[in-house]
Amino acid sequence: MNEGVNIVALAVFVFFFIAVTVMGFLAARWRRAANSDNLDEWGLGGRSFGTWITWFLLGGDLYTAYTFVAVPAAIYAAGAAGFFAVPYTILVYPLIFTFLPRLWSVSHKHGYVTTSDFVRGRFGSKGLSLAVALTGILATMPYIALQLVGIQAVLDVMGVGGGESTHWFVKDLPLLIAFGVLAAYTYSSGLRAPALIAFVKDTLIYIVIAVAIIYIPIKLGGFEAIFAKAGDAYSKTNPATGLPAGALVPGDTAQWGYATLALGSALALFMYPHSITATLSSRSREVIRRNTTILPLYSLMLGLLALLGFMAIAAGIKVKNGQLAIPQLFETMFPDWFAGVAFAAIGIGALVPAAIMSIAAANLFTRNIYKDFLKPDATPAQETKVSKIASLLVKVGALVFVLTMDKTVAINFQLLGGIWILQTFPALVGGLFTRWFHRWALIAGWAVGMIYGTVAAYGVASPTQKHFGGSSAVIPGIGEIGYIGLTAFVLNVLVVVVLTFAFRLAKAPDGLDETSPADYTADAGDPGVQQELPSPTGAH
Amino acid sequence: MPQPARSPDSLPVVTPARVIAGVCLILPFLAMLWVGSYSRIEPTLIGMPFFYWYQMVWVLVSTGLTMLAYTLIRRDRRARRGGEQ
Repeated sequence: MNEGVNIVALAVFVFFFIAVTVMGFLAARWRRAANSDNLDEWGLGGRSFGTWITWFLLGGDLYTAYTFVAVPAAIYAAGAAGFFAVPYTILVYPLIFTFLPRLWSVSHKHGYVTTSDFVRGRFGSKGLSLAVALTGILATMPYIALQLVGIQAVLDVMGVGGGESTHWFVKDLPLLIAFGVLAAYTYSSGLRAPALIAFVKDTLIYIVIAVAIIYIPIKLGGFEAIFAKAGDAYSKTNPATGLPAGALVPGDTAQWGYATLALGSALALFMYPHSITATLSSRSREVIRRNTTILPLYSLMLGLLALLGFMAIAAGIKVKNGQLAIPQLFETMFPDWFAGVAFAAIGIGALVPAAIMSIAAANLFTRNIYKDFLKPDATPAQETKVSKIASLLVKVGALVFVLTMDKTVAINFQLLGGIWILQTFPALVGGLFTRWFHRWALIAGWAVGMIYGTVAAYGVASPTQKHFGGSSAVIPGIGEIGYIGLTAFVLNVLVVVVLTFAFRLAKAPDGLDETSPADYTADAGDPGVQQELPSPTGAH
Repeated sequence: MPQPARSPDSLPVVTPARVIAGVCLILPFLAMLWVGSYSRIEPTLIGMPFFYWYQMVWVLVSTGLTMLAYTLIRRDRRARRGGEQ
């Protein structure tokens, strides 16, 4: 690979990239309000988005570089273990069905826009709300980093990423340019930019998926041939570890890991700030439940895309960095011009979620940290300014992850984010169903989960790096290898339960709960339910 | 927000509809987390090992179960809301 620049593919890619960049900047004028200098305009597109645009934005959470690059790459490298993404997305929907309607109701009753808002209102604890906000911002960074890795993989395969021997700056220059463009139009257009580009992105992605999962298996002689070749490849020993490179089905020792990764990721997904924003903007709680019956069809696509990892092996793709497997497969299989379209789909499919995620994290910072702690009397113009700068800083944080962590196992970025964000689950979902947990116990549990998760992940070595080399480790007490995020989560819950008993016995002061039981089942049209949520920084 | 408390529901908290909906939502967890039940190659389908096509089939099964739960809960909710007035 990297024998030279693929001119045709690069030209098609650049064409689409310039087109969406122009759209990104023009988006600022799309449905523009008279006064655009407030956070409502920048961070929520003036809240003028209907069901369709919301649906596209939600699709942006699911179809990211995670789906297109990281999951197939994990399959390419290790086989069955990477397929956990399918049960993960299957389990997400029953979970959403159970808890998000309650969050929708209470948020629309009290004007909550972020998970931090809800936690503060429910438990009357600013500290807990701060912990949730900080975790959301931190966990979003590696998820954005994953998107940047996806863009980089595409650039590498087109021959503009530079080889290993190139000077680091030249090597990362195209990525930095893509990053700069993303940062610039998010800064100037806010949520309007990704919402408008999402249309282009989804169209491109559907075309590429449809072609890829029909055309490539036919060219490779059907699934039988693909799996036979992949099975042969996995049975060869990996010289680095002395073990077989992978397996077509998880062996007895890998099953805990498979199940815990699926469950942990499913519990984590809807804790992310960007997924919550997209859900809360839906019209009614009915819409959320109805969507959970349609959205799982995305998982089917994810499963088919994951199989691309096997196809890359069957097609004889040999890459050192697994992330390059799928782009390389496209380049080998498709005519140059269509490879360019596929690369554009991956590239734009990474840029849109990166923009949405950074905006959601920036809103969280402005609303729950800047307004609550630093400058309560900030003017709307100041808030917008702070949000814009925060969105830049979040992306710079993501860039730090990209430049310092091992990019060959990009799925780890998402799993690392999951370890952190999962620690906000007891406060959020627990709070939706019961007020029994004590606020101090929740903070302690959160701290234990965060520290355990980070230390355990720090201690995982991989053949390519000493720390943060993976997201699975031995589960204490069970002795099987499992997802660190889920272990930390269980510890977190244990601490919360034990300390809640202790605090209740000691009669520690309970925070003020501003919600009432009926708030959790209220629907659009009920008295007191706001059709539109207020501005993310407005009074409430 | 001040609001008069609702009159107690005319239906009991646990109804057959709610139980069935709960089971529908729990089944995917049992099926997917019991990895040992499906981690094998045979029988293959159009050349795809059981492990892969079984999980893909579960995408459709879980969609169906969630739809069923949705219908049951919606009906249950209507009955409850109707009972208040």
